[in-house]
Amino acid sequence: MQILRKVKYENELNPEFTSWLSTIPGGERVRECMQCGTCSSICPVSIYMDITPRRLMAMADSGFKDDVLQSFTIWLCASCYACTVNCPKDIKITDIMYGLKRRAIEEKVLPRRRFAIPILARSFVNMVKKNGRITESRLVMTLALKIGLLHLLRMAPLGWSLMRAGRLSLKKEQVQNKEQIKTMLKAVEA
Amino acid sequence: MKTYTYYPGCSIKGTAKSYEASLLQVFEALELKLEELPDWNCCGATFYMSVDEITSFVLSSRNLALSETLGRDIVTPCSACYLTLLKTKDYIQKYPEIREKVDAALTAANLTYSGTVRVRHPLEVLYNDVGLEAIRNRTRLPLRAFKVAPYYGCQIVRPFQEFDDATYPETMDHLFHVLGAEVIDYPVKTRCCGGSLTGTIADVGLRLNYILLKEALERGANCIATVCPLCQFNLEVYQKKIIKQHKELAEIPILYFTQLLGLAFGIEAKDLGLKQHIVSAQELVQSLHHVQPMV
Repeated sequence: MQILRKVKYENELNPEFTSWLSTIPGGERVRECMQCGTCSSICPVSIYMDITPRRLMAMADSGFKDDVLQSFTIWLCASCYACTVNCPKDIKITDIMYGLKRRAIEEKVLPRRRFAIPILARSFVNMVKKNGRITESRLVMTLALKIGLLHLLRMAPLGWSLMRAGRLSLKKEQVQNKEQIKTMLKAVEA
Repeated sequence: MKTYTYYPGCSIKGTAKSYEASLLQVFEALELKLEELPDWNCCGATFYMSVDEITSFVLSSRNLALSETLGRDIVTPCSACYLTLLKTKDYIQKYPEIREKVDAALTAANLTYSGTVRVRHPLEVLYNDVGLEAIRNRTRLPLRAFKVAPYYGCQIVRPFQEFDDATYPETMDHLFHVLGAEVIDYPVKTRCCGGSLTGTIADVGLRLNYILLKEALERGANCIATVCPLCQFNLEVYQKKIIKQHKELAEIPILYFTQLLGLAFGIEAKDLGLKQHIVSAQELVQSLHHVQPMV
């Protein structure tokens, strides 16, 4: 029988990750976590997570970079901020989750290929960059095409009922002053 | 007539048109004016923050800057827009490095933002500026047959607003009470609907909404009231699918809180966008005309 080690040795941890974590706006107090578990117990999706929020905070702070970034947890967070407002140590857990999502996208580490959540986030961002506004129907179509046709077929009845109710418009929503948006985006990239 | 700057957000112009219709009607009935912010842009919702946070703040600061020139409070009915605007204000104030980047982007676009705009949700405006007494006085058709589960969702009450409790808010409850409705004690009122999870990880998203529907039905509600386009969408549009999986559930209309106000004010159902609903509220609407109007 092969013995698998589940806990990392100290020299396998990543101290850079720990110090980066505290630079996320809202992540300053992560060191203060006393592991009470309030976040995990109040989180409506923690039962689906591979690493609960409480554990994730400890792992992130200790430098378990790969495990944290590859976790399903960070993507399941729906940003309801229940953990944040209930944390007795005022740790902005939701903001830390956002920071971890951004880092995972940056380093291209995702739970699996064609993973819908970051694809949707990317499509959303691209649409805002281009038009300044979102057209919901077009966003859903883009997502479906990127994930696969099967997804599109599954969405079809839903689209049909929205169409019949007069809630689905394909008309492109956009700002008039697109140049201004572009200028601002350019300035922030500089 | 008091005027507010109105920031609708993308959903209000898309799948949540009935929210806008009812909001405008109700404000007009109370002699409040909503003037749409010219050339507003998307707030970035939750997505932008997961890809690029600074840009998300920059985008929102454009709306704040545009609004500031008008010198009025900005009112936004979408919970995500509301939270994003509040968060942007808060972060610009707390983090000098964010302020610096936002200022640079605004300056490049010939805009300025000094931080004075007050961000508000229509629920809070109705509660604080109009007040329960005025709303009671405006009520023509009391909602006697309505058993409402007030569902606030997450982002309107967390974490930057200061008008109600973050886990057990009651402003909407009080509002429906003066409209003559029975308000159901709804302990999951701020439990998350999953946002976009219904479209990405359906099993999880649908389960969250199942819990919300079941809890409302079990407590005897005959409708759920929402304040957010995404909550309304999730609870209503996926409802048939959820009932198919959970046969113990029955259909329940999901109405915007502004539609309930509008009905009580005696505004026609079609003017409140009620025809755009997938789960019909017709029975409830008809009940209004069978009960004695308030004298």
